[in-house]
Parts: sequence; C-alpha cells; structure tokens
Amino acid sequence: MKKTRRDFLKQTGLAAAAVAATGAFSPTKSYGGLLATRAAEMPPDDTVRALMMTAINTAKSAGASYSDVRIGRYRNSIVFTREQQIVNTADVDNIGAGVRALVDGTWGFGASKTLTTDGVAAAAREAVAIAKANRIARDQPVQLTPVQSYPNASWTSSFKIDPFTIPIEQRADLLLKANAEALKVKGVRFVNSGLLFVKEDRNFASTEGSVISQTIVRVAVPFTITAVAPDNSDFQTRGNVVAPAGRGWEYVLEQDLVGNAGKWAEQAVQKLAGKSVDVGRYDLVLHPTHLWLTIHESIAHPTELDRALGYEANYAGTSFVAPPEKMLGKFRYGPEFMNIQGDRSQPGGCATIGYDDEGVKPETFLLIKNGLVNDYQTTREQAAWLKWWYDSQGKPARSHGCSNADSWGTVQFQRMPNVSLLPGAKDISYEDIIAATDRGIAIEGDGSFSIDQQRYNAQFGGQVFHEIKGGKIVGQLKDVAYQMRTPDFWNSMDMIGGQKSYFMGGAFNDGKGQPPQSNAVSHGCVPSRFKNINVINTGRKA
Amino acid sequence: MSRSGTFREAPRRLLDAAAAMMPDGAVMPREQAQALIEKVVKMSKADEISINVTSGYQADLRFAANQVSTSGGVVNGQVGIQSTFGKKHAAAVTNDLSDASLRRAVEQSEALAKLSPDDPETMPGLPSQTYVPVNGYFDSTANLTPEDRARAALTALEPARKAGDLKAAGFIVVNAGSNAIGNSKGLFAYNRSTNANYTLTVRTDDGTGSGWSGAEHPDWKQLDFSGLSAHAIEKARLSRNPVAIEPGRYTVILEPQAVGDLVQLMGFALAARNADEGRSAFSKQGGGNKIGEQIVDKRVTIFSDPQDPQILAQPYDGQGLPLSRQVWVENGVLKQLFYSRFWAQKQGKQPTGFPSSIKLEGGTTSVDDMIKSTPRGILVTRLWYLRPVDPRTILFTGLTRDGTFLIENGKISKSIKNFRFNESPLFLLSNLEALGPAVRIGGTEQGGPVVMPTIKAKDFNFTSLSDAV
Repeated sequence: MKKTRRDFLKQTGLAAAAVAATGAFSPTKSYGGLLATRAAEMPPDDTVRALMMTAINTAKSAGASYSDVRIGRYRNSIVFTREQQIVNTADVDNIGAGVRALVDGTWGFGASKTLTTDGVAAAAREAVAIAKANRIARDQPVQLTPVQSYPNASWTSSFKIDPFTIPIEQRADLLLKANAEALKVKGVRFVNSGLLFVKEDRNFASTEGSVISQTIVRVAVPFTITAVAPDNSDFQTRGNVVAPAGRGWEYVLEQDLVGNAGKWAEQAVQKLAGKSVDVGRYDLVLHPTHLWLTIHESIAHPTELDRALGYEANYAGTSFVAPPEKMLGKFRYGPEFMNIQGDRSQPGGCATIGYDDEGVKPETFLLIKNGLVNDYQTTREQAAWLKWWYDSQGKPARSHGCSNADSWGTVQFQRMPNVSLLPGAKDISYEDIIAATDRGIAIEGDGSFSIDQQRYNAQFGGQVFHEIKGGKIVGQLKDVAYQMRTPDFWNSMDMIGGQKSYFMGGAFNDGKGQPPQSNAVSHGCVPSRFKNINVINTGRKA
Repeated sequence: MSRSGTFREAPRRLLDAAAAMMPDGAVMPREQAQALIEKVVKMSKADEISINVTSGYQADLRFAANQVSTSGGVVNGQVGIQSTFGKKHAAAVTNDLSDASLRRAVEQSEALAKLSPDDPETMPGLPSQTYVPVNGYFDSTANLTPEDRARAALTALEPARKAGDLKAAGFIVVNAGSNAIGNSKGLFAYNRSTNANYTLTVRTDDGTGSGWSGAEHPDWKQLDFSGLSAHAIEKARLSRNPVAIEPGRYTVILEPQAVGDLVQLMGFALAARNADEGRSAFSKQGGGNKIGEQIVDKRVTIFSDPQDPQILAQPYDGQGLPLSRQVWVENGVLKQLFYSRFWAQKQGKQPTGFPSSIKLEGGTTSVDDMIKSTPRGILVTRLWYLRPVDPRTILFTGLTRDGTFLIENGKISKSIKNFRFNESPLFLLSNLEALGPAVRIGGTEQGGPVVMPTIKAKDFNFTSLSDAV
C-alpha cells in the first residue's frame, strides 16, 4: 500500500533526527525524515568483498545451508522550502551489513552497522541463532528455486547527472524560483516544495557464488500549492505534480518547474471556485498521472504471490486473486485488450535494477495477458509454489527477480517490480478519449487513496477534475472521489490510449511487511476510460 | 523442550546478541551519549551545533500460514548533527560513529549550512531544560531470547494447527534503545526505553472468517500472548459467513483499536500554524483558530502525557523541549494546539513541544452494556487503510476489518460484510453515546503510544460494501 508521508517518516527510522532538524509538527516540514550525508564511509571494494565472504562463510560454518549478505550504503539528500524561504537542508548516510541464513529450512536474519570482520561475523551468527531458535515454529521447510551465479557482476541505473553533484544553493534557487511563479497567481497563499535525492550502493554475495555490486539513483520533487479563500472559508491544494523516477538531475530539469508552476497554481485556485460534484455514475477518463496509483493498488498489490498465499495477512492483507489454481489462466481481470507487464528494466523506473536482492537477474513477464490472470510476482522461495503452472506453460519455475529490501538492516522479501498497463494498438490520446465521451469526469493527478485488505473495494480522489459534456471539458469540479470493486472496474474499461500517450507515474513510499518497509515504485500506463463508475461527494460538513 | 540443546548456540539475551554485533553496546548509556555529544560540540566551527544520538537493537519474528516466515535482529545507531551560522542551517546524519566519520559529518553540515539560503524562522538553540522522570525501560523486554519469541508465537501457531481449519499470521517485535540530545548551549536530554508489540490475524480456511488481536507495552510481561491468541481465534470463528447489509448511517460500537485508528489521526491536524494560516479543520472563518470552542461531545478529553503508566514515553521532543501532561481537548472544548517554538514566539504563546503520545480518556461503560443498550448497531474490531479525503473536516476514508458484527435487540446477531466509511474523528466524537475504559492499543505500526477506550456513537457513515474478508 502506498503510505502517507507521516507513516513514511515514522519508518525511515530517522524521525527523531528529522524533528531535531526541522522542529515542526506541520506536514509542511515533516519531509525531514529523508536525510542524507556524505559522512559515513564504505570500506573499499576489496574490503567489502572480504567482509561479505566472512559473513556467508561464518553462516555456513555455523550451520546454514544457504546464506546471503548485503552490504550497503544508503544516501539521501533533501532541500525543502516554503514560499520564499528555506525550511530544511540535510544529508543522511547510512551503512551496514545484513546477513540472511537458512538452517533446516528456516530463515534467520542478523544485521549490524559495524562493518568490521567481527561485526559482520556476529551478524551472521545472530542470523543462524535466530533460525535455529525458530525451528520449533516451522512447518514446511523453505526451498529455493535454482539461480544462475554471477561471480563478478555490476550494474548502474540510467541517470545522466548524479544529483548529489548539484550544489545546494542551485537546488534551493530552482525551488524558490518555482515557488515565486506559483505565488504570483492570485489566491495562492502557500507553496511547499522540495528536492529529494537517493543514492544506493548495494553489494550482494551469496553461497550460490554470486558477488554483485550496483548503484541506483532516484529523485523526487514534492510540490504542493495551497489556495485559500479570502475569508478562510475554504482551501484547496494542487500537489503530486511530478512523478518520482529512477533518474538523475536531468529529470528534475526536464520537469520545467519554473515554467509550469503558474499553471499548477491556477488549477489550485480554480478548485476554490469549482462546482461541488453531483453524486452519481459517470464515465471516467483517467489520465496516466492519476491511473498509475489505481493500477498500483488494484493490480500490482493483489498479484503479489506472498499476499495471495496469506504471508501478509497480518498487515498488508491478502488478495482476491487467490488461490492461484483458480486464477491462473482463468480469472478475467479486464477486457481482452488489457495487458499488465511486470519488469525491472524500464529506464527510469523506480523498481528498475540489474539484479534483485537474491542475486536473480529479473525478467519481463505478463501478470495479466489478454485480460486473464497469467502470473504472479515471485522470489526464489515463491516461484517453487507455482511449479505446476509453469510446467503447464512449458516454462521453468524460476524467480521473476522481485526480491528487495529497503536497506541493509531489513530482510529482503517480495516487492513489486514496475507494474504497467501496456498501450493499446491504436494511436489514441487523452484528448481523443475526452472527445469520445458524452457525460463524464476526466481526472488528472493522484489524490486520496484507500483499498481493502483483499483489494476489492477502493476509493480514489485526484488532483484536478474536469467535467465532460458532449465530448468537451466544460469546467472544473471539486469534492470528487470514485468508489469501485476491482474486477468490475477493470472490466468496465472500454477505451485505452496508444504508445504515444504512455507515461510512468510512481511513489517513493510503498509500504509492506513487518517491520514495515518502504519502497519506491513505478507504474507505466496510458489514458483509459471506465464506464459508469460510482462517484461520491467528499465535501461533508457534519 | 526436546530441542533445547540447539539453544545453547544462540545468544542468551536480546542485548547479548546486540553487544556481540556492536562492540560499544546496543543501547548507549547516558554517560557515553553525553561524552559523544561533548566531543562533537568541540569539533564544531559553527555559531551553534545541535546533536541527536539514537542507538538500539530490534528483534522480530513473523509467522504466517501457520509457520514462522522471517525473523531477525538489527543493531543500529546514528548521530544527527545540525550546524547553524546566523540564519543558515543544515543537518547531516551518519550511522558511522567513528571520530573520523563524526568529524566529516560536522564538516558536511557546516558546508551545507553556509551554502543554504537564510531561514528567517531559525530559532536559537535551547539552554539546559528540566524534564519529568519516566522509566520506560524494562529488563523483561531487554533480556528476551529468540526462544522466548518463538515460544510466544506458538501460543497462536499450536492451536491454529490443531484446529485444522485456521491459519495464523502474526508479528512479534521488541526493541531496546536510547536517545540523547545536546547542543552547544548546554542542553542535554537522555532517555532509554524498551517496547514489545504483538499483533495476530487468524483466518478460517474457508476464506469467510478473519479475527485480529494486538497489544503493546514497554514491558514484555504485560503482553498476555495466550489470551490475545485465543481472542483472535474466537473472532475468526465468530466472523465466518458474513452477510451483506445496506451501507448507511449506523450506531457503532468501536473497539479501542478501531477508535485509535481514526482518533489518533486528529493529532496530526492539531498544528496551530496551519489553523492560523487558514488551512486546517481548526481554522476559524474570518481568521485565527478555534481554541476555546466546543468541537466535540462534552465527555471527550484528549491529552498527551509521557508519565501516564499506560504510556511511559520520552519526556522531551526532538528539539529537547520538555513534554509533560498536555491537554488538547477538555470536556469537548479545544484547549490547545501544537505550537512550534517559532510559531509560539510569533503569536505570543508558549511552545507546546511535539507530543510523543495520545490518549482519549476512558469512561466506565462496559462493552456488554453498550451492546445491551443497542437496538440496532454495528460492532467494529478495527479499521484499515485510512487515508485523508478532506483536511477541512479531517475526513478520512477506510474500511472495517477482521470482525464486523450486527447488533440487534441488545445482542450480537450475526457477522456482516465489511464496509468502507467516510468519517471524521470530529464527527465521531460529536456523536458520542458512551465511553469504556481506555487501553493501550497494539496496531499502531510502531507509531508511538496510543491509548483509547471502546466507544459507542451514532450515525457513523458507511458508504459502500466490501467483499474483502
């Protein structure tokens, strides 16, 4: 599930430092949780390799049948502003080692920030000790599907300009200029903006013989404009204007914050005067900047195999796409032209990576094929559970490469790849779909979101709502949210955009697991139309 | 235990394991934290420096599908450093506590600060403060072994396996840690704490029933694992074969977890600045905020108190401001909003400190009496996936989960399908009918102490049905 900023902050483990740095209760300052610094220093490569060997060899000697280790450096850098002033500037640097051990088919995990031979060996012994203690609670032993070994692999994500090389004053200047443009629009009273950079140096080794080193860069540009009625009787916001991406500073520049801020500000002000929506059923034309989140919640999460089989029942929930034997190749999720792809290879995707956290090279696969459930997201442990299905399809049972941990200190498990709605065959645009719609609402940008623990019943808001009459936009609406039942919703999809309208949205803060982990996600999609959807009015007064 | 031989290889205690992984100990003692802060202050060339040191060990056990799944122990600790030159400031955080690394972090924060534009809201560092004493550190939690946690999990796993038609999924997490804050003005604050949390979801194999229970306390001994496990199992059975009833406005009895899920979200709307700026539910039309106005039912009192025996939280905030009992809502009247140091100075008020807990004062009505007095209503175990819909009214949407029941003629009559709601804690607490005793809730996702009563309220707004179990 996508997390609120508040949850996100709590789980970065940096909340205390953030509060110290920002000293604020208001949501405008709570981004401080994502800090970073150049202060910590990773041991040099040879030392990292030696420490990784120490870890897995120690685990093996202590009784592990399989072990892997991740030594990572996780850096974040943030600048936050409001109106014409700086709010906070910070860097965070976090290093450490996490060791996983399998003993008699039971997992254990130990992690330490102490990157010495003794430190990683102690973490390895802790992993084995926990695994041994937990054997009394084991039922079926864990089995891992085979993996190719990569004894000397490396990979770097597709950024052109490392954002960490951009001086702090240049970042602040860009934000303050964009804020100024937004504040020029009459009715705009507040702007909160920021730049959030992430750089991860991930090293991996396993008893399968792999040694892999990877570098990943991601950027996010939170930007929220608030318009307030002159008598304080109403306020409206326009936010989520830029999708986070697995790219560098060049991506920030492409967004043209200064050039676009005035347009976004106008949208916030127009919402104040917007018509409060009449409840009822509408045809919805969903822009990709909005639809990515609906895909995330109603397709990407329910096709996680661990969820479907009950492994997340106590927190994130289970899935209606279960049991697999009743779903695979049988369950109609949506129309024939609906194809949903899982991959970790689209350039700029937040989940894009060379090798996953089990040393698997991820592959591209179809979760939904011609409208039918075709596959699930898997790890090495999970792929074995679907052997019967892969056999029937003439495919080997192997992991799709969906194992991931959000830091060295958390245990890797199944996290979503880039999950995307593939474009239709015809060259159809967002405007084409609006022109073909008689009575409807076009929604841009992601807003409020909520879905049940089996991913049936969802409610989504948005950022900008256009009323459509006779194929034309006739005005802006407010207080709009739609409620849906997932399979009904996707089966009501009757128009879909073409390749040219493809866009990737995403978020930095997708939560899953216990202890909760937060992952960056991306979802590509095209504008699409959904028939006869239930719209509610959220502007309650009492 | 027949396998006790294997346990000898395991670290005996939570902190033994941690100490082995981190030579200077997992929970940094007061003296060591103070020495570290003093050392960093000496490295500073800035006008002011403030330092935040956290350290600790966390161990967890997850189980699902009736067996253990993942489990681990993590040692971490970090230092956050903020340097200030005039109105310029920046922070650097590192978890490498070597002298060389600390020096680099100091230099990094100074370099960033010098290049940053001015922050006109920069406040001078606090001088030395006085804090109320709190003891939230329990050896019963700090001295746990991996076997203790595995045995606790068996309280759910064994009966679920034996039953043959149930699947248990749960999470046990314990931690021991410390925090210290200091600056170049002589401020020093230190706190150490432990916490233990257990949550359990039991589902029936026919896919129609799901029950939940959870608890949290700094003291492991306060968690009744067998009782909690039995409760979730019973709920799972009772909730089987739910029937659909029409969405709409209903009288509800919300168990403490459900109350906490919604009411704790009010805490995040309590910022005075947002209210004064005209962008909060507590903004007053025409300007200013609603302090002094009746906002909910007269029986409602909401406060934060680090010394409350159900809370035992850190008695200072992230800037070192003292926290003690702070009443936000008293007898239904908004008494106080959160004032940061900057906003308090600007508005001529006292800063409140950033609260570390929230408690809704309980009453004396038992759940049984609430049910008996209800001709038609709905009993809710907990709420799920709450997300803001309209900040003007603190309106949230979300769903019921893991045990939702119809009450007819003073009795629970049947299990019903889950609902989506669109509701505000302000509306809920305005429609109050009765309050039960307050308890510490477990389903807070480690978000800090939350203490809530069972409540009965009318006209709760359920907007659609969910097929989810």
